Amino acid sequence: MWADRYSIVSVLAQALRGQQGWKPVWREPEPKAEYDVVIVGGGGHGLATAWYLASQHGITNVAVVEKGYLGSGNVGRNTTIVRSNYLLPGNIPFYEHSLKLWEGLEQDINYNAMVSQRGVLNLFHSDGQRDAYARRGNAMRLHGVDAELLDQAAVRRMYPHFDYDNARFPIQGGLLQPRGGTVRHDAVAWGYARAADRRGVDMIQNCEVTGIRVEAGRAVGVETGRGFIRAKKIGLACAGNSSRVAAMAGLRLPIESHVLQAFVSEGIKPLVDGVVTFGAGHFYVSQSDKGGLVFGGDIDGYNSYAQRGNLPVVEDVAEGGMALMPGLGRLRLLRQWGGVMDMSMDGSPIIDRTPVEGLYLNAGWCYGGFKATPASGWCFAHLLARDEPHEVARALRLDRFASGHVIDEKGVGAQPNLH
Amino acid sequence: MRINCPHCGVRGAEEFAYHGDATLRRPAADAAPEAWADYVYLRDNPAGRQRELWYHAAGCHAWLVMERDTRTHEIFSVTPARDVALAGGGDVA
Amino acid sequence: MGANQLFRLGTGGSVDRGALLHFTFDGRGYTGYRGDTLASALLANGVRLVGRSFKYHRPRGILSAGPEEPNALVELRGGARREPNTRATMAELFEGMAAVSQNRWPSLGFDLMGVNQLFAPILAAGFYYKTFMWPAAFWEKVYEPLIRRAAGLGRAAGVHDPDHYEKCTTHCDVLVVGAGPTGLMAALAAVRSGARVVLCEEDALLGGRLLSDRRMIDGRPALDWVREAVAELEATPDCRILPRTSVFGVFDGAYGAVERVADHLAVPDPFQPRQRLWRIVAKRQVLAAGSIERPLVFGDNDRPGVMLAGAVRSYINRYGVAPGRRAVVFANNDDATGTVADLHAAGVAVVALVDARAEPSEAVRRMAEAAGAALFAGGAVTRVQGRLGLRGVEVTDAAGRRHALDCDLLAVSGGWSPTVHLTSHHGGKPVWDEARAAFLPPERLPPGMGVAGAAAGAFSLAECLAAGARAGAEAAGDAGFQTSLPALPATEEESTAVRPLWRVRGGRGKAFVDYQNDVGDADVALAQREGFRSIEHLKRYTTLGMATDQGKTSNVNGVALMAELSGQDIARTGTTTFRPPFTPVALGALAGHHRGRDFKPTRLTPTHDWAKEQGAVFVETGYWLRAQYFPRAGEADWLETVTREARTVREAVGICDVTTLGKIDIQGPDAATLLERVYINSWKNLPVGRARYGVMLREDGMVMDDGTTARLAEDRFVMTTTTVNAAKVAQHLEFCQQWLWPELDVQTVSVTEQWAQLAVAGPQSRAVMEKIVDAGFDVSDAAFPYMSCAELTVCGGVPGRLFRLSFSGERAYEIAVPARYGDALARRLMQAGAPFGIIPYGTEALGVLRVEKGHAAGNELNGQTTAGDLGLGRMMSKKKDFFGRAMAQRPGLVDPARPVLMGFRPVDRAARLRAGAHFLPLAAEKTAAHDQGYMTSVAFSPTLGHWIGLGLIAHGPQRLGEVVRAWDPVRGGDIEVEIVSPVFVDPEGVRLHG
Repeated sequence: MWADRYSIVSVLAQALRGQQGWKPVWREPEPKAEYDVVIVGGGGHGLATAWYLASQHGITNVAVVEKGYLGSGNVGRNTTIVRSNYLLPGNIPFYEHSLKLWEGLEQDINYNAMVSQRGVLNLFHSDGQRDAYARRGNAMRLHGVDAELLDQAAVRRMYPHFDYDNARFPIQGGLLQPRGGTVRHDAVAWGYARAADRRGVDMIQNCEVTGIRVEAGRAVGVETGRGFIRAKKIGLACAGNSSRVAAMAGLRLPIESHVLQAFVSEGIKPLVDGVVTFGAGHFYVSQSDKGGLVFGGDIDGYNSYAQRGNLPVVEDVAEGGMALMPGLGRLRLLRQWGGVMDMSMDGSPIIDRTPVEGLYLNAGWCYGGFKATPASGWCFAHLLARDEPHEVARALRLDRFASGHVIDEKGVGAQPNLH
Repeated sequence: MRINCPHCGVRGAEEFAYHGDATLRRPAADAAPEAWADYVYLRDNPAGRQRELWYHAAGCHAWLVMERDTRTHEIFSVTPARDVALAGGGDVA
Repeated sequence: MGANQLFRLGTGGSVDRGALLHFTFDGRGYTGYRGDTLASALLANGVRLVGRSFKYHRPRGILSAGPEEPNALVELRGGARREPNTRATMAELFEGMAAVSQNRWPSLGFDLMGVNQLFAPILAAGFYYKTFMWPAAFWEKVYEPLIRRAAGLGRAAGVHDPDHYEKCTTHCDVLVVGAGPTGLMAALAAVRSGARVVLCEEDALLGGRLLSDRRMIDGRPALDWVREAVAELEATPDCRILPRTSVFGVFDGAYGAVERVADHLAVPDPFQPRQRLWRIVAKRQVLAAGSIERPLVFGDNDRPGVMLAGAVRSYINRYGVAPGRRAVVFANNDDATGTVADLHAAGVAVVALVDARAEPSEAVRRMAEAAGAALFAGGAVTRVQGRLGLRGVEVTDAAGRRHALDCDLLAVSGGWSPTVHLTSHHGGKPVWDEARAAFLPPERLPPGMGVAGAAAGAFSLAECLAAGARAGAEAAGDAGFQTSLPALPATEEESTAVRPLWRVRGGRGKAFVDYQNDVGDADVALAQREGFRSIEHLKRYTTLGMATDQGKTSNVNGVALMAELSGQDIARTGTTTFRPPFTPVALGALAGHHRGRDFKPTRLTPTHDWAKEQGAVFVETGYWLRAQYFPRAGEADWLETVTREARTVREAVGICDVTTLGKIDIQGPDAATLLERVYINSWKNLPVGRARYGVMLREDGMVMDDGTTARLAEDRFVMTTTTVNAAKVAQHLEFCQQWLWPELDVQTVSVTEQWAQLAVAGPQSRAVMEKIVDAGFDVSDAAFPYMSCAELTVCGGVPGRLFRLSFSGERAYEIAVPARYGDALARRLMQAGAPFGIIPYGTEALGVLRVEKGHAAGNELNGQTTAGDLGLGRMMSKKKDFFGRAMAQRPGLVDPARPVLMGFRPVDRAARLRAGAHFLPLAAEKTAAHDQGYMTSVAFSPTLGHWIGLGLIAHGPQRLGEVVRAWDPVRGGDIEVEIVSPVFVDPEGVRLHG
């Protein structure tokens, strides 16, 4: 490991020196003329890809080009939840791989991203929902993932503040994944960036990709605000803008961009221990280590690149919150923000080669992108390094739409705003 | 957003259901599978002006073709989808 | 009375000295007056220590007099009404108010967590990212619980909020945000043109800074002008004034605002909401939100007694409170003259005026002299004495000499920042203006918005009045009204010159930029050193601006410090994005009435009251409440009841309300063509008077819905859908006939709620029907066989529709009457059926009967199944095109390995089945590789006397008789089941036909 390792020793030593000795977490290099791999997008997925290319495959002649600042995309605007409680065999192994990587992340990258496994609980409110969650929980168990089906009494013991007695849709129980939880989202980007930087990866901020140069059917580099950068391989990891960037290489994707809002309340003393999703409305909530309740709901529902949402969804989310926890009334909403999601046509992501040789795609994360960050980076790095999909990402193919092997967790079909 | 429904007047967007790109044309029954897969799954997803289909679910139940900017949410036109369809998918005079 | 208000001035202020109010803070009793805020009342009583900071638990006082307050946060009220993090500067005093301080233990004066200050050298920005990593398991177990307990500020009530909230929408021509001089002028200009105006003011009183500053307008006290302006607006019917209303967000086409209707009362009046959410739709908007004063950054600038200069003037002039006895004023601008003047006039000794500028203006010099204050030009406060309350400061003058000054109040002003927040809610970036040392509104404003006055960087009163008049007239003009500029009142000359001072050098102690989150200048420097130089990185790494005050007093200072450290100008450094809400908004207000049982609408079936009389237990089906089962005395549990109901249908007759199934009327010469295209099976040859079961697909080839459609006439059909998909299918049909095939001459409309529909099922059903249908209608099997339909009259002239359909597999009818007759029909059917042992049955028995017959329902039509999966593949016509046909041919959808709907019965007949169990080969390991499908629906079959199930299993039809494992580890289930036909009862369909 590198010299400026973080530890309690270094923290104490720096405390004595007035914090004067800390080094920049990343260099600010000028782009080189050519790299083995150029990753478009300095968000969580792009940075994780860079780290795993370096640490797992020994590929360090890598640039991550980012149009804004590192971590300025959805890794910096999400609700920080990690979990692998998926239903379908195309998804479960991938997200479980991710959760396992989360579990060892801090030691791997020497950065405390505050991975906190306080449990993710999905509430159900009808017999039908219960059976659907049983199906899901059983599928998870078949994949070696932890899942417990709780009855109402067990949920009540965990969360006494919920509305059990006067609810429009009474809580019957919940599906609990104890290993699910939250992670300090910005720290994920910073930790991966710092680790990759220490291995020689160039992180190039404020460098927008304006074109992808394709010669004889092969992508050979990217045009950027800071000049042309040649690359043997180009990996797109720019969810939210995947369609726009892929279009530079003449590709159309099975993706629509939609805005998802998220919210945080004023800080309060501990009230909600784990992550809870309300099964009768659009609402999910956790509490950050700073004390704010972090919550969200449904996407606004129309194509948008605006990074902001509208009042009807704000109200819808607040209504869900009050229906679940009627004590929230006097708590105040502090901030809200919108992230632009790559909503794929079946609600599941894509990690695959593209019809353009040398151009690789990591896209379509819907609102599942944050929890996927480590596995996404791991599998994308694997694909870039070896030109073949990683085992747990085999189902996340681009041609699954044409072949009919879609991974449609919600069963709503080719309608992105319903996923 | 507020949408000027040609039948009902200006209403909040929460009364409407969004469907998506209105420039897609349904292939012929005997079109190649690729044409069908493109139609059902591939999208231009532009950052800028887009023609798109909305349905006035909590109003007159009309399908509408709207031109809207996906960066600013500004709406430029709202036309009954039937009129657009009868005009061949293009602008309605 | 009020004798303990030792800091209350003898005269002045707009508090009502005749209305004495009692309140407590941390359990101790005090008094104040109506018109006070909690902050002004505390200051009147000499209480300066009010809270503790987030990280270091530093003692904190009152910094401001408005919504920007970072320090004076309290828990207001108690019990279920407890409101954490309430700004004392915004809490209007009421009789009996109880407030307690937060984030301290055991007491505010002696807080054990204050030891954090000793660890301050360690607890620098971002220290937690660098440690707490070993051992890994300690994070959740040890470190994090400690951090979580220490974090957060106040405590939420946790119990149900007893107050209620409401929401409403209003429309106007011009919305004016802010009722200071600019906003009042704008509103006047707009209403005089005839425009409908909504004027929102966050404060309880209108007037803005004029409430706090002693100004003259037209030669009279400014408050006279305010009073007249307000009177004129109030007298205009088309002007709605909303005081105590914060406009918190600019959304597309509507502004969000929250009105604090009853927060100034101990409890809301009966039937009064606590708060009200306003959605304001305005053709044009004038933002007149004023500006917020910046503190100066110097060592220990957070001590109680350090206060913004503008707030000092507010407490003196508006509340009649002296925030101290001996004051020092420390500023970098000419606005300080007013502060010195007001302090002096209030009898507060002004010890010194420290002007950071080497050459203060003549006005400043004159004022210092007049007040008898020592003037330190080019000086700075370099040290602050007094931990729990200010005792003195050290001033370093321009020559570097140090002067110790006794004082208990330090008024600071670093200049004013325009309140531009709402201007950038649509993504526009505020623009730095060097001359005014302020971020001004972006060029690209939200559509329809104009910005005027201090919010646009025009700080003088004359500028504000003129800009307000102009903006109000322009807005009304744009909204279509004839306007003229109102005459401008005269004001005195004033100077607003400022020279930035971003950081005092060479001082002692921690210098805070963001008070509440304890972010100091050293933290900004550390972020810069570590490469977190983007302003967004700075915010996220140090948490600058992320506290409940949302950085209102800290953002600009933070940006400026980073710019200075990075050696680039502020314009390039930029600012973070302002997002809604401008001020924190209670979640209760955003939810309104939608909570508890009113969370979502409740749809009741036409027979709801009747079913209730029958003792029905109801179940939510979407928004519908349906009768689930009808328990009778003596029945042990739901299973016994449901078994009796299902058995009675099989043996005699029962009725069930099926109104909730979607009903769509389809009319027109091309009605049959439309059906032909949306259903997978053939419809053209369906005779009038007959019904047929149909399945429709989505365009991606998966099953969308199923149901029966009846042909009432050549050009008239009525389609039924499943309950959950009723709206979806109606929308789909409209899509098809309006967009895909507009050339078809056909119309569709949902009539679900227009018709009550009851199923009458069982061997005796015909006998019941005979007593219901009017004379002349023949329900014999010959005249009205299975799958017939007819329009007729029932019960003596009530128009009805009769269908011979069966979900249960028994002889059965569905009878529809106009919804208003539904209740009566149920009663008549019960009467008519009494001799045959008729009973009502609910959705549970309905489910049992359909599982016995192997019919797919919601659990199978889950959007992930094809027609082939459900055993309906042969229905797909090969002779015609239909919606979804092309994509249904994809390899993934016709894969023979796809699980297919089959029946299952337990090998041990006593065993209970559970839906959601997965199927595994008996000998196989319990891993995903051996997952062969899952159980979709189960029921206890009264006919067979054991549990039965439907499920999807790979290669099902080839595996009849095979025993597999139904594995259900989440409920501890693991039983052997046999694969059987999905039709458990009467596979030949004999009973259907009677």
